[in-house]
Amino acid sequence: MASRTSDPGAAGPSPSALPLRDTASDGLKIVIVGGFGAGKTTMVGSVSEIRPLSTEEVMTQAGVGVDDRSGVQTKSTTTVAFDFGRISLNDEMVLYLFGAPGQERFWFLWDRLFSGTLGAVVLVDTRRLSDSWYAIDRLEHHGLPFVVARNNFDEPEHSLDQIREALSLSPEVPLLDCDARKRESSRDVLIALVRHLQSLSSQENHS
Amino acid sequence: MIRRPVDSGDPDRLYTVTGGRTRSHERSFDLVTLIVKESEPSVGMQSEHVRILRLCSRPVAVVELASLLDLPVGVVKILLCDLLDSGKITARHPQSSGRGRQLPPPETLKRVLVGLQNL
Repeated sequence: MASRTSDPGAAGPSPSALPLRDTASDGLKIVIVGGFGAGKTTMVGSVSEIRPLSTEEVMTQAGVGVDDRSGVQTKSTTTVAFDFGRISLNDEMVLYLFGAPGQERFWFLWDRLFSGTLGAVVLVDTRRLSDSWYAIDRLEHHGLPFVVARNNFDEPEHSLDQIREALSLSPEVPLLDCDARKRESSRDVLIALVRHLQSLSSQENHS
Repeated sequence: MIRRPVDSGDPDRLYTVTGGRTRSHERSFDLVTLIVKESEPSVGMQSEHVRILRLCSRPVAVVELASLLDLPVGVVKILLCDLLDSGKITARHPQSSGRGRQLPPPETLKRVLVGLQNL
């Protein structure tokens, strides 16, 4: 059985063809959140050293409104699929990039899957800005630092200032353009996130 | 024909793979905990355990195992608990991840930045 890839036609090494170094010991996580078609998998694939893989997690929740006297609990099952790739940063550190849907049911699993995440990239498709509102709201709720990247395939219709206003983004949240298909551009988005974390960290240390 | 190990869409069969356990110590594994094999598969071992050991000659993250085995992450964590308890694998847990809402230490961020700049 072949492992499931999110894009079976994509060229690239299979995971077994590129194992981690023997010294790899420290996994890190960055989550890329965005609506359908915003380019999450494209971004993961453009910087990952392996072809993006996909997996899923199942969560069983006790039903709401259970009649206690019956002693029977109704259960509902939520399955969330997500893509991922990885970058070996040095001999020990391996950065995993997760492409996660911004939809509501996904956030039930956030703590279980993504606790300890360094930060998030919100990938915005300007044709569907409203897809990003919920994700931004949830990230703020979870207190997770994030940057917003506009995935720009064509000549932009709006300025970044207009996007910032439309998303009601606070001035300290970095907002930048990217082309998720390009390795350097996707890398620069990740670098922007890490620099944002550094600036938050230095503010924390000086306050 | 290569046998499909379990049908991940069928809860009854997942129940069988995990021996009916649903939770175990799965919280001790993160998605990015790296798993390394410590010994070869033994005779009579459950086929999913054998497959995990075969995949882990070099470090492999829990999430990669789940994808390669085509099983939900939670099920893989339960299988890994068995292998860890019997000393067949070791687990390298994340060290640099932020704890809760704490940011990682500045040295960690610096190393991540350098790694990305070298891409």
